[in-house]
Amino acid sequence: MSLQMVDFLNIMFLSFLIVIAIAVSYVRDLLYAAILLGAYSVTMALIWLLMSAPDLAITEAAAGIGMTTLMIAVISKTGREEE
Amino acid sequence: MSRNIAAFLLVCIGLVMFLAIAELPLYGSPDTPVQNYVAKRYVSGALSDTGALNMVASIVIDYRAYDTLIETTVLFTSIIAVFLVLKKGTN
Amino acid sequence: MTDFVLKRIVALLLPFVQMFGMYVIFHGHLSPGGSFSGGIITGLGLIAFSLVFGLDRGTEKITDRMTTLIESFGALWYGAMGLVGVLRGSAFLMNKGSGVPLGEPGKLYSGGLIILITLGVGLKVGSTMVTLFTALMEEEG
Repeated sequence: MSLQMVDFLNIMFLSFLIVIAIAVSYVRDLLYAAILLGAYSVTMALIWLLMSAPDLAITEAAAGIGMTTLMIAVISKTGREEE
Repeated sequence: MSRNIAAFLLVCIGLVMFLAIAELPLYGSPDTPVQNYVAKRYVSGALSDTGALNMVASIVIDYRAYDTLIETTVLFTSIIAVFLVLKKGTN
Repeated sequence: MTDFVLKRIVALLLPFVQMFGMYVIFHGHLSPGGSFSGGIITGLGLIAFSLVFGLDRGTEKITDRMTTLIESFGALWYGAMGLVGVLRGSAFLMNKGSGVPLGEPGKLYSGGLIILITLGVGLKVGSTMVTLFTALMEEEG
């Protein structure tokens, strides 16, 4: 079985996901955590696009950005650092 | 000590998940249980049944309309909960 | 926020963002997208407006009463569209069986009730985002 371009892209995006998921657990600043959530959704949207599900991709991108904005709104009301 | 126990449990859960993923059929293979008569019916009949080109829209809003209706109700309920907790001074 | 560049850029971008959100909502049955993503895009444009110009001017444009009305009637609209099938002598939420003209596939009006339902749910989702944002950002909240 020979690897094609799609497989390389899949491997790259999936390892991005793992890196982001590990990075979230090391970040103390909640703003950075919210930004990492946005990066996670964008990567996930690209994966949906690779799996030929553009419907899910556009919803994931929009909902990810929306959730990030709401998270940042919550952070601006509470403290920025995690205890 | 408790860190070690947590790490051990995480490794166990990850192992089980990897075993489960290894059992999954290949992505896009034609003889999976998903590819039964329902999928064939949707693919062949969605355009003449609903007249919408986007098959996802025709499934979400026509074939599975009850699902979307209850989903809308869930959003409405979440907004009611947010009002209940966060809005002060309004009735 | 009083940054001149931010204000001008948001004022320039806002109509285009709103138009794209409406495009995604109205073409939900023709191209990828649909009610949820289009509604979120439309709501995010308004959220950007009230982030940059201040919450007061944002709630001036989209008042609490308006979002509450859109919220409630968006959910009711879906049920009313379902009742069309009942009134025409068919089942609840029936589209083709209720005798609604389906239109020509590929044109803007096609798919019977789908475009109307998508419009209602999209507006409701957009106002949900705005309501969540204003409820989170209000002073006492």
